[in-house]
Amino acid sequence: MLTYKFDWAIVTSGKYFDWLVSGFYVTIKLSAVSIALSFLLGLIIAIMRMSHLRPIRWFAHGYLEFFRNTPLLVQIFFWYFGSYKVLPAVANDWLVNQDFEFAAAVIALTIYTSAFIAEDIRSGVRSIPKEQMEAARSSGFSYIRSMQYIILPQAVRLTIPPLINQFLNLMKNSSLAMTIGVAELMYQARQVESYTFKGFEAFSAATLVYVAISFTITGLMTLYDKKVLQPLKGQ
Amino acid sequence: MIGGLDFSVVRDNLSYFFIGRYPKGQLGGVGLTLYLAVVSLALSFLGGLVLGLLSVSRNRLLRLGSMAVIQTIRGMPLLMVIFWMFFLLPALLGGGMSAAWTIIAALTLFTSAYMSEIVRAGIMGIPKGQTEAAISTGLSHGQTMIHIILPQALRNMIPSFVNQFVSMIKDTSLAFIVGVSELTQVATQMNNRTMLYPTEIFIFIAVIYFIMCFAFTELSRWLERHLAYRKSI
Repeated sequence: MLTYKFDWAIVTSGKYFDWLVSGFYVTIKLSAVSIALSFLLGLIIAIMRMSHLRPIRWFAHGYLEFFRNTPLLVQIFFWYFGSYKVLPAVANDWLVNQDFEFAAAVIALTIYTSAFIAEDIRSGVRSIPKEQMEAARSSGFSYIRSMQYIILPQAVRLTIPPLINQFLNLMKNSSLAMTIGVAELMYQARQVESYTFKGFEAFSAATLVYVAISFTITGLMTLYDKKVLQPLKGQ
Repeated sequence: MIGGLDFSVVRDNLSYFFIGRYPKGQLGGVGLTLYLAVVSLALSFLGGLVLGLLSVSRNRLLRLGSMAVIQTIRGMPLLMVIFWMFFLLPALLGGGMSAAWTIIAALTLFTSAYMSEIVRAGIMGIPKGQTEAAISTGLSHGQTMIHIILPQALRNMIPSFVNQFVSMIKDTSLAFIVGVSELTQVATQMNNRTMLYPTEIFIFIAVIYFIMCFAFTELSRWLERHLAYRKSI
């Protein structure tokens, strides 16, 4: 039944190899920019979510629920096709002078992931017993300083694994940017397939890259859990 | 008109967004989205149960083999799994599979890997003493799993399954890529046909997705509060 001839040389050298490599770079760039921005935005939303002011807390809560419960693909389409009607003229002018596909993908990935990150940060902070805050305050630290020296250093260590997990998800989700024409890894794998009909080789190469990144990071996380978190819990 | 946006395009095509051409033609829109999500979730429950049981098997080969499969699938983007299915299924089955079923196969494979982790965590969460007690009353390992461990573990997993359903609803939007006329595909068609209302159309479907997913997220939270096992007797 199978008369398919494998030709691995296509994806290991030459023009099509270069396409895949350039796709890999775009995936890394798209992920890196979105990771940095989504972490910042997630941190801000998490702080707002814990605010003492009710309207700010509600806004952050609404933001979280809305963006977590809408498909990323729909958000990408919204930013790419539909955002021009709701953004101010200045923003639109700025955006059209950028690489608009890339910018729309970054905005969508950032906003989508920040909602998940904010929840992870919040549960990290909440997992620190509130007696620690009370003890810090009663020994004379201000609220900010107690956060800075007592609560956050512990919360950050607990939050690192779920955060890295979100970053990994973001990297995998960045493949959706191909739907609006960002030439990342998945897009290029598909290009190679359409040009050569060697889909098996092209998809294998791309799969290998995604899985290798995931395995490396998951492995490092297991190590972190064993070396850093378990000893802390043992105390 | 809301804030300069004109939602009449949505109002005029409301039934198309919800049920596609049904009953005169094929089911589409929200109806198809839910259909894909429900069928794929039911199948991935079975897949997840099998993979999850294999990954706690006492046979080393089965355990490591199933873990490798699970981790590989979890390392891939869903889009990649969809492309593999579109590429491999026709070659393996000699063609003849509809796009909708290929998507269901991809969603099932992908979600089974995530479900299996839920199942594994659920089984691991049952205290070891129960297994020991069951074995010492004369039950076999298989009987212990079926009569003692799984009934409790599955109950604890219900909220996670509901959460997985929410992810599934969101994931069905990727069926758009291969032209299955679920909600996102219907919206893109509508956008291509009318050209003038992308903002209105995508805001509308985002809200529809939100309502569906939020309802189930809340259900999962409610279940988590009400199903919580009494820790003591």
